Amino acid sequence: MTGEEIGKVVEILLEYLVPTLKVFGYTLLFSVPLGMVVALLRMCRIKPVSWLTSLYILIMRGTPLMLQVIVVYYAVPYLKNSQAVPGLLRNFLSQIDIRADSFMLSAILVAFTLNYAAYFAEIFRGGIESIPKGQYEAAFSLSMTKTQTFFRIILPQVIKRVVPASANEVITLIKDTSLANVVSYAEITLKARQQMQLYSSLMPLFIAGLFYFAMSLVLTVIFSFIEKKLDYYK
Amino acid sequence: MAVLEVRNLSKSFGSLEVLKDISFKVEKGQVIAVIGPSGSGKSTLLRCINQLEKADGGSVCVCGMDMLQKNKSGKTVYADNKILREIRLKIGLVFQNFNLFPHMTVLKNVTEAPIRVLKMPKDKAESLALELLGKMGLEDKANSYPYELSGGQQQRVSIARALALNPEVLFFDEPTSALDPELTGQVLKVIKELADNNMTMVIVTHEMAFARDVANYVVFMDGGVIIEEGSPEQVFGNTSNERTKQFLSRYNQG
Ligand SMILES: Nc1ncnc2c1ncn2[C@@H]1O[C@H](COP(=O)(O)OP(=O)(O)OP(=O)(O)O)[C@@H](O)[C@H]1O
Ligand SMILES: [Mg+2]
Repeated sequence: MTGEEIGKVVEILLEYLVPTLKVFGYTLLFSVPLGMVVALLRMCRIKPVSWLTSLYILIMRGTPLMLQVIVVYYAVPYLKNSQAVPGLLRNFLSQIDIRADSFMLSAILVAFTLNYAAYFAEIFRGGIESIPKGQYEAAFSLSMTKTQTFFRIILPQVIKRVVPASANEVITLIKDTSLANVVSYAEITLKARQQMQLYSSLMPLFIAGLFYFAMSLVLTVIFSFIEKKLDYYK
Repeated sequence: MAVLEVRNLSKSFGSLEVLKDISFKVEKGQVIAVIGPSGSGKSTLLRCINQLEKADGGSVCVCGMDMLQKNKSGKTVYADNKILREIRLKIGLVFQNFNLFPHMTVLKNVTEAPIRVLKMPKDKAESLALELLGKMGLEDKANSYPYELSGGQQQRVSIARALALNPEVLFFDEPTSALDPELTGQVLKVIKELADNNMTMVIVTHEMAFARDVANYVVFMDGGVIIEEGSPEQVFGNTSNERTKQFLSRYNQG
């Protein structure tokens, strides 16, 4: 490939960095709070709730994310034609155009969020369970409410403990966004493949790889900064 | 009115009866030392009174509020949550291993409860905290984090933290037993000063000399029952109870 061609490929990939970052950003935005909720449900004292949550986590972590994306995406056309689905829901589903970018993104985000929430939940649960009982007892004997205890005493300590493991997940997520190309969502990996065919060259793939590498690097730097920030106590 | 009145308190862990029919009273200004061999139920007693453990039977009354009592049908029931919280505010607890909040400065550790629980304005809470830290000899540590302090300093912070809610009575569960011997002195000195200022306290301790010096009432527990109670002179100097004698002789030898 000529330098000019490489420049063109870089330009296209830069443009499709936006959808990649959309999948990344929205997934984080939704899966972190959902993961917290799932962690709390998993630790719920009402047994059926905790069992159901465990089952959800087991399934999400035990099956491939790519498969989950495909299931969520193709569920819509299948449910649309299924007699078992209530008419109202079928009407709603039949209005959806599965080739629309916005639908693709939604389907991907549903699968990614459900999947990543399960991973984050296990990290958060580990963090919450690692806080010594004495912290709860001290807060309790100071007459703090349960909510105050959680948000003022427990959560800040949990955050510090879960940052290293969460950093791993976040860096994995930036690379996992490439799975979105299985439903033909136009992002970096999909575009790089098209360019590869166009130029009959592996170069576009290497450039895409470089993009992911750079983003992982940035995330690593950000997280080591956060870890340092949280290092003010032991 | 007694600050605390415990009657026929009982508590079991499974089949293990840890407290059997415990009754005692704490009057305003009293400093009570609770002594006894390991496993005799001292911590469990404190934890039941502080609602960290659920008692099985008996009654507990704090500053005229019933925390635990028999209802009409003879069942032992706890008061509703609002009263239980009210009662917790009257009682302070100092833990053996401090349980300071590691992510907060010393000052924040002390101001957190007054600000969140009593809704005290921040500046007022801070000046209160600095005053308490001053009494503990820690005014220069206000901006340190717990990990930067020695065990003795951490324990004094936890005492200041408990005092910041202005409790009617302060409980200590072996406040010095997690400390190196050379650090216990500072903590005991602070407790002694509180006693001199008529703070009502119940102190579980293995420091017999300290108990004798500071307490004006001593309770000796063994096997989940109160074996003997009375003035320090009586319990330490003049006991006729064989088990008390036996227990104390081990300390006098060492
Ligand atoms: N959570 C618990 N579950 C089961 N048994 C317990 C529990 N807490 C305490 N015990 C048992 O209750 C008994 C009394 O324990 P407790 O901690 O009250 O004794 P203690 O007088 O404070 O002893 P020490 O001087 O060693 O602190 C012990 O036999 C102990 O093993
Ligand atoms: Mg104990």
